[in-house]
Amino acid sequence: MHVATHRIFTRQDILAFAILAAVIFVILPLALDSFRLNLFGKYLTYAFVAVGLVLCWGAGGILSLGQGVFFGLGGYAMAMFLKLEASTPENTAIQSTPGIPDFMDWNQLNALPWWWEPFNSLAFALFAVVAVPVAFAFVIGVAMFRRRVGGVYFAIITQAFAAILTILIIGQQGFTGGVNGITDLRTLNGWDIRTDAAKEFLYFVNGALLFVCLAIAQYVRKSKLGRLLIAMRDQEDRVRFSGYAVASFKIVLFCRGADFAGVVGAMFTLQVGFMSHTLVGIVPSIEMVIFCAVGGRLSIVGAVYGALLVNWAKTSLSESFPELWLLGLGGLFIAVVMLFPNGLAGIYTEHVAPRVAALFRRRAPEPRTEQKPEIKAAAE
Amino acid sequence: MRGKNTNFVLAVEDLTVSFDGFKAVDHLSFYVEPNECRVIIGPNGAGKTTVLDLICGRTRATGGSVNFKGIELLNKREDQIVHAGVGRKFQPPSVYEDLTVFENLELSYPRGHTVFGALAFRRDSAVRDRIAEIAETIFLSDLLDEKAAFLSHGQKQWLEIGMLLIQDPELLMLDAPVAGMSVAERKKTAELLNKIIADRSVIVIEHDMGFVADIATRVTVLHQGKTLSEGSMERVQNDPKVVEVYLGH
Repeated sequence: MHVATHRIFTRQDILAFAILAAVIFVILPLALDSFRLNLFGKYLTYAFVAVGLVLCWGAGGILSLGQGVFFGLGGYAMAMFLKLEASTPENTAIQSTPGIPDFMDWNQLNALPWWWEPFNSLAFALFAVVAVPVAFAFVIGVAMFRRRVGGVYFAIITQAFAAILTILIIGQQGFTGGVNGITDLRTLNGWDIRTDAAKEFLYFVNGALLFVCLAIAQYVRKSKLGRLLIAMRDQEDRVRFSGYAVASFKIVLFCRGADFAGVVGAMFTLQVGFMSHTLVGIVPSIEMVIFCAVGGRLSIVGAVYGALLVNWAKTSLSESFPELWLLGLGGLFIAVVMLFPNGLAGIYTEHVAPRVAALFRRRAPEPRTEQKPEIKAAAE
Repeated sequence: MRGKNTNFVLAVEDLTVSFDGFKAVDHLSFYVEPNECRVIIGPNGAGKTTVLDLICGRTRATGGSVNFKGIELLNKREDQIVHAGVGRKFQPPSVYEDLTVFENLELSYPRGHTVFGALAFRRDSAVRDRIAEIAETIFLSDLLDEKAAFLSHGQKQWLEIGMLLIQDPELLMLDAPVAGMSVAERKKTAELLNKIIADRSVIVIEHDMGFVADIATRVTVLHQGKTLSEGSMERVQNDPKVVEVYLGH
């Protein structure tokens, strides 16, 4: 069993991926109406961020409380393109300056700011969806990790970035839409994103992208890089004195989490039809950490379930008890950290998996003998 | 003695570090020759570990120079110093407890040290053979698949020495390699060290005088960040200054 951990996909991993695929691609679409499915599509975008956090935090020990920043930057990049496409001179004929986004007109701007211009191009917008969050993460990463800022200090600083970006977005409402965000998004290159069919399609695109992201994460975890991350988390100095430039590894890892987050920020915008500062700030950033913690910060598949379950609970409970929800979320986080530090995935591996294995063993005793030569062969 | 041979592996000159005015290492100079095993001894707080920290870049020096085979180390990053050929063992032993012995050694194998190198790293036969060879040397052949967390204290010490050996450094610095070991383990470690110091220079910090006598080519006695005495074990042991501050009780 030990030897098997060095293969990229063990039998267990394949099973876990297959079950998750069945849930996302078959069970949910069949069980839910298109409104609910769209909601789950939204939750799935958070799952990406949670998977990124498994790599950063669970494996690498870098706790970022600012993942919402990257999610938001990706989302805004996409929203800017969609907004420009929606703001044709015909659609905005009643404005004093037709052809610019409505919120700019309300804020007495009479021309498109120069840095909005490139977002007329879909190619540029798609590039920016990844490049802007990564560039931002790179700058933060270089500034922090080269100076050996880590642990709690890093978490607090990333949170400060989330706060700063929120304030900036709200304050510059002529350029960003301010508190309202960028709303009334309609089409992507002429394709109407508001129809049920489009939303369903986007849900499946989102699901497929999630599996790409999971496969990348799985590959990283099973490569030497993955083991190195664990080593860095536990004995950073030893890694450094084994000849690794630790800061570069952390910078790349942090950028890695940022590009996942940026891509799904864009997917979020497409599925929900707007982007606003409420998805950038401190609360969503911390929520993303909670999704990851509840699912299990060491398990990429667990993180996906964590994101789905917590969000589903959030929607159902906040519909009935809006004031209590945040307290409940906080309580959930504390309970998970204190009672189940490895989250749902930990509960599964510690309590459920042994019983399942026992069940199978009772039914079919053969697999044990079958495993032996495999272990020997791989141990050579 | 110094004039005779200018072919030093390591030349530490005038090395000084002060922490808020306190000089932990004070204008220290010493020279290590090829294949020499230098042992640094001294009372607690003499600055022994700090000297190693300065050489390997963990602590930044206030002044002086550390020259390794003609390369100035003081302005280099830790990983660059490692790649120049200096290996360092810590006290207490630091190994990756969540990883197996094999994986511990594999991470120390000198290949794939960049981010993409680590991603593309393949466990080929060269890697496996080298790890098997090192594991044999450090008495851990049977425990390759064991998580490091389950090793005894002495075995962790060996593992960390193995992690250095696999890098094949020209200068090996060991901080208290036999601390916390049983008598049997200690004997085995002395044997191990005698084997591995044969073709490289070594700096060892150790308190166990029996062990020191066993391995030392030369001994430096450190006191308050300065050299109190230097020479063969015999000479140092009979130096009245050393007897007074360190050995005399």
